[in-house]
Amino acid sequence: MQSNLFSDALEDAYRVRIEEFEGPLDLLLHLIKKNEVDIYNIPIAAIARQYLEYIELMKELNLDIAGEFLVMAATLLQIKSRMLLPVTPEEEEAEVEDPRAELVRRLLEYQRYRDASYLLTSRNLLGRDVFARKFGSPELEELEPVEEPADVELFELIEAFQRVLARISVDTFHDVIADGISIADRIGEVLSVLHVEKTVVFDSLFADGMTRDLLVVTFLSILELCKLKLIKIVQGESLGTIWLTLAASAEEGSDPESVVEAATHEDTEQEEIVGG
Amino acid sequence: MAVKSLRTIIESLLFVHDQPLSVDRLCLILEEYERPDIRGALDELVEEYHAADRGIVLVQVAGGYQLRSCPEHADYIRRLTKSKGVKFSQSALETLAIIAYRQPVTRAEVEYLRGVDSGGVMKSLLEKKLLKILGKKDVPGKPLIYGTSREFLELFGLKDLAALPTLKEIQELVPPDPFADQPALPLDAVEP
Repeated sequence: MQSNLFSDALEDAYRVRIEEFEGPLDLLLHLIKKNEVDIYNIPIAAIARQYLEYIELMKELNLDIAGEFLVMAATLLQIKSRMLLPVTPEEEEAEVEDPRAELVRRLLEYQRYRDASYLLTSRNLLGRDVFARKFGSPELEELEPVEEPADVELFELIEAFQRVLARISVDTFHDVIADGISIADRIGEVLSVLHVEKTVVFDSLFADGMTRDLLVVTFLSILELCKLKLIKIVQGESLGTIWLTLAASAEEGSDPESVVEAATHEDTEQEEIVGG
Repeated sequence: MAVKSLRTIIESLLFVHDQPLSVDRLCLILEEYERPDIRGALDELVEEYHAADRGIVLVQVAGGYQLRSCPEHADYIRRLTKSKGVKFSQSALETLAIIAYRQPVTRAEVEYLRGVDSGGVMKSLLEKKLLKILGKKDVPGKPLIYGTSREFLELFGLKDLAALPTLKEIQELVPPDPFADQPALPLDAVEP
């Protein structure tokens, strides 16, 4: 897994961190928060099910799933199965710990450091909030200025896509006719819509009656455009509507065709899998 | 009168130097003055800058003193410098936070706490000189142990590591409020 210190993502716009999930603990905290459950009394069956749904969806989107996510999935299932077993009298005497205890400790500790990281970044940073004369650190000066971060988490984007899949009843019959659209073609389409509309609601790109393949191709196109830094994905409020806009650099005379060509090379592998 | 001139001498030194100046360094430069006088003059300067309504403050960072612009004016300065400063990825921040609070730590400890591989991000932080290698741990495999650097303190405006917000403070700042996300019930709502 590759991680960048000063996320490339923010160099000029937002980019989805496909390789840069913060990890399984982050995902679990997200699920706990989303379900509004008590961290000390996690409904392990429900959380494990949702966690696995995420992994499934990531698989379906052909995103790389880091090994850590799978280890956590196994841990969740192990905890779930241990909770199903009745407690034997010996264990009761030995006061065996709740099977979830270790996980809860890790989650709380992780949350603590995550909060600490928010505190760190809210300080007055040299070169960002406060300035001194000739701040002589070429390593830091080299870094590109950043745009305001648009806070759309990858998880939220995936959730939005999950809602799309739920909203649109997809034909489950096996359709032999190849739906020939590639990610490159779809990127071109999405870009041309954006060139006309400037701003587009995420959901509006997923029309009723689209095949599941086309939905997935559309979603991958959005991710790819983000990666190519051609669009920005923004959200007015947490859990609010997700909007797509053209990135500043893409607006000035970019040629969708050349972009598509650039994308085509990178995507051959994904297309084969999605289209197949 | 002599005290006033010492104060202004120190002020000009601080103005010219591009890094925090430590008391030790000032004592070496100002060999004709006594250490307590230098300390006293620094304290007065800090107080003066604090009291006066100026665009510059004198702060204690990374074991020294440095003149910096007021944080309230960041927006104007960014217009001048056309830069918005550094922006950390969440993984970099998490890693920095863990290492700052837990140092000396090994990579394995960081990875256990974060739940993910952190080799790349730690290498990157080392390259940016925000981390430093403190040595090797005396356990099998002799893993490297890491800590934060002087540059880390400078960047985050910390006097020293003790100036990090304590983790207890963090808990106070982020109280576990299970109802935070729930909208308040309108009190005058009338049942249909």
